[in-house]
Amino acid sequence: MSHSDKEITYDSKVEGGVVTSRLDSIINWVRSNSIWPMPMGLACCGIELMAVGASRFDISRFGAEVMRFSPRQSDCMIVAGTVTYKMASAVRRIYDQMAEPKWVIAMGACASTGGMYRSYATMQGVDRILPVDVYVSGCPPRPEALLDALIKLQKKIGTERSAKQLVSA
Amino acid sequence: MATKELSMGDVVSRSAEYEQEMDTEKMTLNMGPSHPSTHGVLRLVLELDGEVVTKCDPELGYLHRGDEKIAENMTYNQFVPYTDRLDYLSPLANNVAFALAVEKLAGLEVPARCQAIRVLICEMARISAHLLGLGAYAMDTGALTVFMYTFTEREKLYTLFEKLTGARLTTSFTRVGGVARDLPEAWLEEVLHFIAQFLPVVDEVDALLTRNRIFVDRTKDVGVISGEDAISYGLTGPNLRASGVPLDLRKDRPYSGYEQYDFDVPIGTVGDCYDRYLIRMEEIRQSARIIQQVVETIPEGLYYAEDAKKIFPPSKEKVMSSMEELIQSFMITTQGPQMPAGEVYFEAENPKGALGFFIHSKGGGVPYRLKIRGPSFCNLSILPKVCVGAMLSDVVAILGSLDFVMGECDR
Amino acid sequence: MDGNFLSKLLDSNDYLTQRDSADHPAVNCPIERWLECATELKDNHGFDLLVDATCIDWFNESPRFSAVYHLFSTTSHQYLRVVVAIPDDENPSVPSVTSLWAAADWHEREAYDMFGVRFENHPDLRRILMWDSYPWHPLRKEFPLAGHDTELPDEEVRKETGTPVIPAPMAGGPFAASKHAGIMSKNEPRGADESWSEEKEKPN
Ligand code: SF4
Repeated sequence: MSHSDKEITYDSKVEGGVVTSRLDSIINWVRSNSIWPMPMGLACCGIELMAVGASRFDISRFGAEVMRFSPRQSDCMIVAGTVTYKMASAVRRIYDQMAEPKWVIAMGACASTGGMYRSYATMQGVDRILPVDVYVSGCPPRPEALLDALIKLQKKIGTERSAKQLVSA
Repeated sequence: MATKELSMGDVVSRSAEYEQEMDTEKMTLNMGPSHPSTHGVLRLVLELDGEVVTKCDPELGYLHRGDEKIAENMTYNQFVPYTDRLDYLSPLANNVAFALAVEKLAGLEVPARCQAIRVLICEMARISAHLLGLGAYAMDTGALTVFMYTFTEREKLYTLFEKLTGARLTTSFTRVGGVARDLPEAWLEEVLHFIAQFLPVVDEVDALLTRNRIFVDRTKDVGVISGEDAISYGLTGPNLRASGVPLDLRKDRPYSGYEQYDFDVPIGTVGDCYDRYLIRMEEIRQSARIIQQVVETIPEGLYYAEDAKKIFPPSKEKVMSSMEELIQSFMITTQGPQMPAGEVYFEAENPKGALGFFIHSKGGGVPYRLKIRGPSFCNLSILPKVCVGAMLSDVVAILGSLDFVMGECDR
Repeated sequence: MDGNFLSKLLDSNDYLTQRDSADHPAVNCPIERWLECATELKDNHGFDLLVDATCIDWFNESPRFSAVYHLFSTTSHQYLRVVVAIPDDENPSVPSVTSLWAAADWHEREAYDMFGVRFENHPDLRRILMWDSYPWHPLRKEFPLAGHDTELPDEEVRKETGTPVIPAPMAGGPFAASKHAGIMSKNEPRGADESWSEEKEKPN
């Protein structure tokens, strides 16, 4: 058993059946390797999001294949597509319904900045209504780029002070 | 204690009695705009009487991005990338439809090779769109495996698109007066190779679904649309043909040289969800047939209209070596291809139906008004009619069978 | 065949006039006769499919709006464009054709939403694309592409996030030079000042 930042290490000769680690690392390790995404497929990027989940790119290699359309069951919202003002309220409401801890990936130019749709109807970036953790560039981003974003998010989760947050919450 | 055996008839008559007594209050159920079966951002406000839908009010506009207004503010070629994002399951076909509309305005004919390329990419786009439609539909009705099968094939198509255009999804391949570049080397062989290995997979998908008891039960006689209704509501494409109306613009108003190719147009008889599924399945095969014919007969020649001064930019070598061509290229880039004043309406048979562009031009490089007729918009307008009387779980089957894309519905 | 059909149509209905068109036959129809004309086209000429209905805003001209209909016949595979000029510039309205073609329902709602043209006797004339309380009609020519300030449709979310609807930053766009506008350095798309953003005012 090992983790990229070597916070959890295990040597059976020395320790037998015991693992020592910081609580933070364990929580983060668990959290970051079983992210349940909420696929917020709004437009064209949603198709690439489907491709990430399907056979070739296979998001389950990163422990995030359990796409849940119910916000209550998911912890990472992937906003894939153009957020219009009309849709913005719905996106925010869904975000509000997600249980803590939660993260957001803004997938594609539209979700990040409004992209090529500079018009009266389009919200210029979903970060106006939600806190975004990782932005992915591209119109649409390649599936690899989304996987990269997922890895970045996992790294980010790895640095969180989870135990403290749990106690204070 | 003596117990009386209840027979089936008793139960039925009892429940009928019971229902009469029951004070049925109607319930309003909101579905969407984020719901797995609405394929994007459609919202349905359903009024239910128990399990039966008594009223359905679709609410659109969650993906209205202002495409038509944007079009009024940019040149014709600049708008091509926006056409990718109308029906984002078949960007190439949208590109072609738009280019054909503008060329009609300009009164321009493109060379035979360019036409053949366009037919080829349209049909590839059709296959890819129907594959996604099938996969998603199977998933809606509870069969997960098909989705994986069709996506594997779509990825192969994406690889081909990427070789051709440089992008997987947002291809922006056509230009007014031609296409962006000629076919890459050995690409046509790859297409043939793809088709050869793809057809058996279609049979496999066919075997998984067409006589699958659960699938058939969920789709047969569900969401029946009569031919008259289909015409009255302006349905086009597979949805119209499933209702028995033999309208296919590729046959009836051939464009881009479709008349040279031999293909059949499948027509439904009942107009239910199952028919719509069958039509798509068969269209995939017919598209493969067209592709094979195009590859065999593709003519040599230019991939753009040579005489299209002021419309298609001259080649790089000429721009670099001659003043006149340099100016011409500069003008086309900054001011757009110069169009005459006039009005045109052009529809192409896209995977989802007839994608139309109405252009009113006052001359110059920017359209005065550009109206996009999204087939999904019209196809969806029949929802309030077909959903009434259906069970709630049938609504999912009906939605999936109409196979719509919100991108072109809301524009 | 196109020309034949059109001249026959014009002969038998003298209120129609021919309209310039780069492709399909096109006619102008006076607004008072539009319903009559539509019924006639549907019943006697086989135009059973209403493929598209929309409007055009002529802005500084009067009549300001025209309604444009595209009809198609599933039997003869013929298209026809009918344009109805709307005389009232302030409160434009046209008779609705929903009773003839069910497809007109949503098309007319869209035209109402985008242009503010009312369709008389439409069963349910509401906005279809923008939200109900949106104050403008975006495809009118005086409406800027970037849009105007207003409020988010949902009150709860509006309070929670404090985010208004703001004009989109055009950053010097739209990026198409016009043919006859002044000196080249200003005219060329890149020549516009792009240093402004949402926080910083646009210099004039
Ligand atoms: S970023 Fe591009 S591909 Fe993604 S939703 Fe926006 S327009 Fe579509």
